[in-house]
Amino acid sequence: MARTAEPLLRVEQLETQFFTRAGVARAVDGVSFEVARGEVLGLVGESGSGKSVTGFSILGLVDPPGRIVGGRVLLEGENLVDAGERRLRALRGNRIAMIFQDPMMTLNPVLRIDTQMIEAVRAHHGVDRAEARRRARDALGRVGIPAPEERLSAYPHQFSGGMRQRVAIAIALLNEPAVIIADEPTTALDVTIQAQILYEMQKLCGESGTALVWITHDLAVVSGLADRVCVMYAGRIVESGPVDAVLDRPRHPYTAGLIGSVPSRNRRGVPLAQIPGMTPSLLALPGGCAFRTRCPNAEADCAAEPPAERRPEAGRTLRCHHPVGEAVS
Amino acid sequence: MLVYLIRRLGQSALVLVVMAVLVFIGIYAIGNPVDVLISPEADLAEQQATIARLGLDRPLWEQLWLFLVNAVQGDLGRSFVHGVPALRLILERLPATLELALVALVVALSVGVFLGLWAGLKPDALLGRSIMTGSILGFSLPNFWLGLMLILVFAVLLQWLPAGGRGETVDLLGIRTSLFTLDGLSHLLLPAITLALYKTSLVIRLARAGTREVVLQDYVKFARAKGLSPSRVIYVHVLKNIMIPVVTVVGLELGSMIAFAVVTETVFAWPGIGKLLIDSIVNLDRPVVVAYLMMTVFIFILINLAVDLLYSLLDPRVRLSEAGA
Ligand SMILES: Nc1ncnc2c1ncn2[C@@H]1O[C@H](COP(=O)(O)OP(=O)(O)OP(=O)(O)O)[C@@H](O)[C@H]1O
Ligand code: SF4
Ligand SMILES: [Mg+2]
Repeated sequence: MARTAEPLLRVEQLETQFFTRAGVARAVDGVSFEVARGEVLGLVGESGSGKSVTGFSILGLVDPPGRIVGGRVLLEGENLVDAGERRLRALRGNRIAMIFQDPMMTLNPVLRIDTQMIEAVRAHHGVDRAEARRRARDALGRVGIPAPEERLSAYPHQFSGGMRQRVAIAIALLNEPAVIIADEPTTALDVTIQAQILYEMQKLCGESGTALVWITHDLAVVSGLADRVCVMYAGRIVESGPVDAVLDRPRHPYTAGLIGSVPSRNRRGVPLAQIPGMTPSLLALPGGCAFRTRCPNAEADCAAEPPAERRPEAGRTLRCHHPVGEAVS
Repeated sequence: MLVYLIRRLGQSALVLVVMAVLVFIGIYAIGNPVDVLISPEADLAEQQATIARLGLDRPLWEQLWLFLVNAVQGDLGRSFVHGVPALRLILERLPATLELALVALVVALSVGVFLGLWAGLKPDALLGRSIMTGSILGFSLPNFWLGLMLILVFAVLLQWLPAGGRGETVDLLGIRTSLFTLDGLSHLLLPAITLALYKTSLVIRLARAGTREVVLQDYVKFARAKGLSPSRVIYVHVLKNIMIPVVTVVGLELGSMIAFAVVTETVFAWPGIGKLLIDSIVNLDRPVVVAYLMMTVFIFILINLAVDLLYSLLDPRVRLSEAGA
């Protein structure tokens, strides 16, 4: 796969912490990844692993008590962590857009769809209302909403969940951003609609060369959609690489556990494996490797030292002392 | 929508009738107007004649029936004291009270929403905390005391504003109003502030609570993710949502504002229906008291209806035809 020299979005050692009364939660703890033009990156992890906070950090939308405490977010070479609020505003929804997890909550219930779309165009382009409205209608048409002209003057509650998410996607696409961060946009929807939306997103982004960061806890979605995948656990990326390589030959015990818990056709009849235990609270992470209390491979050194990131093969990263499929030394 | 309106009007009529009966019986039970109306020197024959003229010698149910029949025809009886129809007295004084209550409402809404929004956006800042402390004060200061203090400071000490009365009025579409003369406005200012204070505190609290809830919503974050300016996010996305509870509650409070105006009107000698009520109670002018209560009930019903209609305008999710009672 040919990569351009400079990726569109490059996240380096990003750290975001929440300063709560109970202590400091390191929701994002040294996360690095990059996405190239037209590429789809899957960001996978259990609930609470810090996927959404990673997305919000990239857009500079982390609210107190949270704060980005370190690292860089380079969008087309420009560091967003240092950028002022005014500059961020000019980029948000324009060069980099985000689609949220819950379509029922994303649209303002008391504003009409056209209002919410026209304002998104006019925040970034000095066009008149008629032109902004025309672009809004085209965007609705592109995401497969029938009769977009009439639907423009409807309110969000007049749409189904799937249709609302399409509207949110249309809003994200409005200004043809270079990067879209999609935060589990299909999780709340039923499976057929999920598949439709996945297919359409892939097509739309492929056509326009938009880079896509697809956040999900569903490995099945990632395998069909993403070019590369980052697996996140307790605020860290524990394994990353090309999607086929990681899913076929997972090296991290957590990734292997995730794969084992996905139903699959060729293992029918075999009981699903479960990762034992629960996601630990970020305020009470075990010392050393954060996964060790649930890990089948854990040994004494896992408690002593958090595993450093290494590259077991070209294009892959891994944080583990005793990876899957490696002879015990 | 039409079905809804018709049903609501039917309910309203029923409420009015029930209220009429309750009010009439309630008033009948207190005091004997004859003692006040007839001079003690009058002889027995004169007393009997007056009682018969006023219809006070007939049984209660007959008086009630007469009252209801007349009320349906818009006749709520004649004032014992002034000798004119009670309803006319009320209607003459009503504009003054409505004007006072409406101005107070506008003050409470504009000041309250602005301060509440601010306090909700910056709950930990010094100003945000001060606004909340101020609103507690606004809740606890008695109305009459505030009125007297305002008179003392602005009318007596500084002599900037008049201490009472309504000032110069002009006729607008046949209604006397002081909203369009400088003198009228200067008379209106202090009583309006007095009447508005409590509601302002209420609006501050509602707006603050609403703001704190709304800013956490995904749609506000999504609005920011679109790259909108903070003013657009606050004054369109947040404000439109907090106005739903604020308008509902404050709209319903307009009725109690008209009722509460009694105290304020007395302190400022404002010639509205509140002051008329106090005078009529003192004189045991039964028909006027009854007419006042009926008018108040009527206004409450009207306001409730208006608030429901307004609510459906503000919140597109509400459809009136589906609403139950
Ligand atoms: N406002 C907040 N205050 C304190 N801690 C927070 C806050 N928001 C997030 N966190 C912390 O960040 C962690 C990661 O949250 P995040 O929403 O990114 O998880 P996620 O991976 O998106 O999970 P999900 O799949 O459920 O959406 C949470 O476990 C929580 O500890
Ligand atoms: S470092 Fe140790 S505990 Fe952590 S995942 Fe690897 S083997 Fe398991
Ligand atoms: Mg999330």
